[in-house]
Amino acid sequence: MAEAVQRRPSHDGVPLLRARGLAKYFDVSPPFVTRALQGAGRSILRAVDGIDFEIETGKTFSLVGESGCGKSTVARLIVGLYEPTKGHVEFDGQDMAGLTTRKAMEPVRRRMQMIFQDPFASLNPRWRVADIVAEPIRTHRIIEDGREVLHRVGELLELVRLSPRDGEKFPHEFSGGQRQRISIARALASNPEFLVCDEPTSALDVSVQAQILNLMKDLQRELSLTYLFISHDLAVVYHISDYVGVMYLGRLVEWAPAEALFHNPQHPYTRMLLDAIPDLDMSGRPRQAVAGEVPSPIHPPSGCHFHPRCPFANDRCRSEVPKSLPRTGGQVACHAVEENRIPETGKA
Amino acid sequence: MAASTQPPLLEVKNLRIEFPTRRGTLVAVDDVSFDIAEGEVLGVVGESGAGKSLTGASIIGLLEPPGRIAGGEVYLAGRRIDNLPYEKMRQVRGREIGMVFQDPLTSLNPLYSVGSQLVETIRTHTDMSESAAQQRAIDLLGEVGIPSPKIRINQYPHQFSGGMRQRVVIALALCVNPKLIIADEPTTALDVSIQAQIIDLLKRLCRDHGAAVMLITHDMGVIAETANRVAVMYAGRLAEIGPVGQVIKNAKHPYTHGLMGSIPKLAHATERLVQIEGTMPRLTEIPNGCAFNPRCPKVFARCMVERPDLTPVDSSQISCWLYDKTMERTGSHG
Ligand SMILES: Nc1ncnc2c1ncn2[C@@H]1O[C@H](COP(=O)(O)OP(=O)(O)OP(=O)(O)O)[C@@H](O)[C@H]1O
Ligand SMILES: Nc1ncnc2c1ncn2[C@@H]1O[C@H](COP(=O)(O)OP(=O)(O)OP(=O)(O)O)[C@@H](O)[C@H]1O
Ligand code: SF4
Ligand code: SF4
Ligand SMILES: [Mg+2]
Ligand SMILES: [Mg+2]
Repeated sequence: MAEAVQRRPSHDGVPLLRARGLAKYFDVSPPFVTRALQGAGRSILRAVDGIDFEIETGKTFSLVGESGCGKSTVARLIVGLYEPTKGHVEFDGQDMAGLTTRKAMEPVRRRMQMIFQDPFASLNPRWRVADIVAEPIRTHRIIEDGREVLHRVGELLELVRLSPRDGEKFPHEFSGGQRQRISIARALASNPEFLVCDEPTSALDVSVQAQILNLMKDLQRELSLTYLFISHDLAVVYHISDYVGVMYLGRLVEWAPAEALFHNPQHPYTRMLLDAIPDLDMSGRPRQAVAGEVPSPIHPPSGCHFHPRCPFANDRCRSEVPKSLPRTGGQVACHAVEENRIPETGKA
Repeated sequence: MAASTQPPLLEVKNLRIEFPTRRGTLVAVDDVSFDIAEGEVLGVVGESGAGKSLTGASIIGLLEPPGRIAGGEVYLAGRRIDNLPYEKMRQVRGREIGMVFQDPLTSLNPLYSVGSQLVETIRTHTDMSESAAQQRAIDLLGEVGIPSPKIRINQYPHQFSGGMRQRVVIALALCVNPKLIIADEPTTALDVSIQAQIIDLLKRLCRDHGAAVMLITHDMGVIAETANRVAVMYAGRLAEIGPVGQVIKNAKHPYTHGLMGSIPKLAHATERLVQIEGTMPRLTEIPNGCAFNPRCPKVFARCMVERPDLTPVDSSQISCWLYDKTMERTGSHG
């Protein structure tokens, strides 16, 4: 691949991507007239409320957490589909907020791409697969010559283990897993270094999911890709990740290397999530009953958002937001962990 | 089960479901037989389109036209129910079989309070008084783990969270103490923490009410936690049916084996997942012989021409020529 020479390897030690105090608030107030009549105030939903993380080149960092905790919003902030309310995203040492013009953004845009959950909705049904895959090549003018574009499309289809002849077909002629391969081929068309994958296998059967996860791992090795991976399936995340971050109501409550997070979870919420996973190995492991549900993000609980469900909550938890502190190779935001008043899990 | 003289609570015999189309008849479920005992949870798993929901819907008489039962019989506690007239079947559905579907919003009417929907269902199917039905509704909500049921009963579905709504649907299915509950993907739309609560609830209900449950899902983890036995469906047919531990830890059918290997596991990290190549065939393209033959790593000549039937192997039943005991003796089909 001739394009590979254009790629500048990141400086050692500098993470490829860095999120600093990243936040996104949505105004979900009722219309002004309704508010005026009912005397109601504005409602602000803090979908992402100040999170920090870094992703090293060639690694996979995953975000997990229950529905509505802000995972997709983080993904959209990273690829620039949303403007951050606060904080910023740095890509390869460059602050993305500084890239205000289209022209300035362009070189960064083509270096990061996104893969979505729904392989049915994300492909234009009226386009042939070849045109779908070629679109980023054409918009970014990576290759100008028409014949060469087609050649490159064939290469990309082969990369995702499809046939170059599949380019002639339309999306409806493919199964869900094949369509997700097409989305991946399209995402790879601009030779990106960084892929944001938002639940890329959630709509697929487990057997097809296995094909896609294997493919993603192979591609990562072959093309030294860096992934931000989002899923609510903890076993999938364990399988694919180097690092894992756990989100709860817009905050990152813990992140750690995957092994540490799954075998020595620190934060009470991480422990609860892991406890809730059905025991496929039928080991008969004892587990704690899961209490309560995620509260409304519009009126989140004070202090630590997790306190109404937390068995270790005390007065400090109810009033003071816990700070993120280093622990087991990562960071944990929990007063009880900081105060060493939680028993070790002894998992693993 | 073999020792008991009583018929099993649910018996499905050679069920066949067809869709007439302009280009010919599609066979969506073909020769499916299984039973469920009182107090037992039968898990039904398989890839999307395998025929799980159609099987469930045909048992409760809710198969939507043009789909139709083209063959086979369904017995509930020894009584044949697949040929009942509409009105009779509606009564069976209310009183003897309860249903829980994936999306709780489709089962609840947004215009009525949760309590009035429960009371109405109870009163349609029993001769309880209004106040007795009201009390029963409150008890049920408490039983499915809704906090302060006395207050909650007057609220509307939109005032409940997703997990609570699903619990209300389960309460609705339990209203009249059905003998059988058919739950089609009851936890699929839910987060793991709520899913765990629903699983616990289903298990407790089986234990306390002796109800039998047909639990349809594609989540093997949920099956491992909940089911006593598992039926694995592939392309409208049963590939394997047996005790849960057997199927999950010691799968015999090549499809089940691949399926289990393709699931990422927390207990042991693997670099690569087992991959079943290809996808399940469409109904119009089901191959001759064993439907799994294009994807099967163990395929041999016979699989291409003859279709295997379910045969007992240890405590399971498998439909795969690898386990055919007659093969070496006579070479004919069983
Ligand atoms: N454009 C928007 N306007 C208003 N609220 C929004 C918007 N996008 C997201 N939200 C809210 O922000 C919160 C986080 O949403 P997000 O989609 O990031 O969650 P998620 O973790 O991806 O959930 P899921 O697992 O269900 O995909 C939710 O409460 C959601 O309702
Ligand atoms: N009205 C219809 N006309 C033609 N085919 C149909 C119709 N309804 C269902 N089918 C087909 O019957 C097969 C079985 O469908 P069913 O809904 O039972 O699958 P399932 O195992 O429940 O899948 P899922 O996991 O996706 O819910 C599918 O191939 C489906 O396309
Ligand atoms: S800060 Fe307090 S409430 Fe929050 S997780 Fe830690 S112990 Fe629980
Ligand atoms: S019958 Fe043949 S093709 Fe079918 S599962 Fe068994 S070995 Fe494979
Ligand atoms: Mg999302
Ligand atoms: Mg279904």
